[in-house]
Amino acid sequence: MKKLAILILVGAVSISLAVSDCFAEKIVVVGSTTVLPIAQKTAEVFMDENPGVDISVRGGGSSVGITALIDGNCDIADSSRSIKDSEIEKAAANGRDPVAHIVAMDGIAVVVNKLNPTAKLTKKQIRDIYMGRITDWSQLGQKPGKIVVVSRDTSSGTFEAFGELIMNKEKVMPGALMQASNQGVAQIVAQTPGAIGYVGLGFMSESIKPLEIDGVMPSSETVLSGKYPVSRPLFMYSNGKPQGAVKNYLDFVKSNRGQELVDIQGYVGLK
Amino acid sequence: MHYKRIKEKIYQWIFTILAFASLFFLVGIMIVLFREGTPIFKEVGFSKFIFGTKWYPTHEPAEFGILPLILGSAWVTAGAVLVCVPLGVGSALYLNEIATFRQRQCLKPLIELLASIPSVVYGFFGLVVVTPFLQNLFNLPTGMTALNASLILGLMATPTVCSISEDALSYVPRSFREASFAVGANRWQTLTRVVIPAAGSGISTAIILGMSRAIGETMTVLMVAGGAGVIPKTFLEPVRPMTAAIAAEMGEAPMGGSHYQALFAIALVLFLATFIFNIIAEIISRRYRIKLGLSG
Repeated sequence: MKKLAILILVGAVSISLAVSDCFAEKIVVVGSTTVLPIAQKTAEVFMDENPGVDISVRGGGSSVGITALIDGNCDIADSSRSIKDSEIEKAAANGRDPVAHIVAMDGIAVVVNKLNPTAKLTKKQIRDIYMGRITDWSQLGQKPGKIVVVSRDTSSGTFEAFGELIMNKEKVMPGALMQASNQGVAQIVAQTPGAIGYVGLGFMSESIKPLEIDGVMPSSETVLSGKYPVSRPLFMYSNGKPQGAVKNYLDFVKSNRGQELVDIQGYVGLK
Repeated sequence: MHYKRIKEKIYQWIFTILAFASLFFLVGIMIVLFREGTPIFKEVGFSKFIFGTKWYPTHEPAEFGILPLILGSAWVTAGAVLVCVPLGVGSALYLNEIATFRQRQCLKPLIELLASIPSVVYGFFGLVVVTPFLQNLFNLPTGMTALNASLILGLMATPTVCSISEDALSYVPRSFREASFAVGANRWQTLTRVVIPAAGSGISTAIILGMSRAIGETMTVLMVAGGAGVIPKTFLEPVRPMTAAIAAEMGEAPMGGSHYQALFAIALVLFLATFIFNIIAEIISRRYRIKLGLSG
């Protein structure tokens, strides 16, 4: 029994050593969970076609990714926001030079329960709901019922984008249900008749209903044309001008085929 | 002979090192918690951090008041106690006093099996089953409330409370019962006036350990408590316990920043709370051993 365990251990270690040895180039991608599905899918396809390259993709969040890039712990940082001035300074101090690549567009859909007859809201109404100024659906001309405000956690990139695009940097009321994932938000909105929430377009599903904002429905077309007011670019940051395998991978993501994969993942491709 | 003694010495050392390893890790964790967590007190101020009512860690300017989070943990823990004490102590009493040998053989492992269900499964159950149920039952805007978290945490703490209480009850010497029956007390009187008081400190230990299980539980509360950073006024409101805040935010808090330090400081508060719980449990159980004349 003991011998067997040792044998298995030795086997596993040597196999993993052998596997990691035969890859010549390794790319480490870290960052935003919003960009994660894009990075994963494109990395998968890219690796199939370029067996000499090993891409490891991790989430963690935009800030984590950019910090890793600054510290030299990754080759590409995924980010759902543009880099902050303070981060550029830190990078310069470390002798790193982050270069932005826009890889996709993302729209944030404001969603309600399917039973909710509301079809459209203005940006200001949504802001008032999230600030706690509007607390009942009757204030919006619907059947009376408490509005259950669902938000993403304060450290997520989606929260940050929502804060900038809708909230004008006002605070989301403390009574909002803070959820750790887009799926969490979708789940609550789907099972709570009085709920309102927001999710990335990639996380839209049949069980929740998107709202028109300022008269525009969220869709690939309206996000790409810039008509939909709650949309944002998604980035990959490289250190300096990308070279070698990193360049090939980023070129692949930005190519027609890469952008098709972006569409498949539910985001809005640039082409 | 000599060789044997060396071998013995080696084994002795190996086990000494293993025994002290956990102490080493405990100290290591404490050092990290203090080192990473205390700088925030310089920035925000200790009382403002503990008694502040606004938790806006990523806003500009950020606010780090964790009172809603502390109270969130306190509410769900208190609620969990209300659930796990009747369930846990009740089943311990049943197992010890009433159950036949067969029932015992079958029930005890089943109750202990509750402890082996992963917390994410409990959380999922709470999210998918209990949440809509509470929502309809109380006609709430949302079923993700302190009550929901309390129910699930209480269920999760039940095996801890049950098996430790059961041990305590079984340690009550036979002579106590026999003496009670001898002076004419019936079964109920013996149970309530002799056995439970005698096992009282053991049962208290069980309850306190159950509490420390509940306050430290993370995944479940993250999934079912709702996550609203408000000071709860009733059990039917969503709350954001400390563990949920740490789990949800740590992944995206930039290392070394104020937010990161604040989360470590919350972990420190949580650690101190469970530490105190465990010390109290230890003190009580020590007293109890002396009281019953068992070797301390």
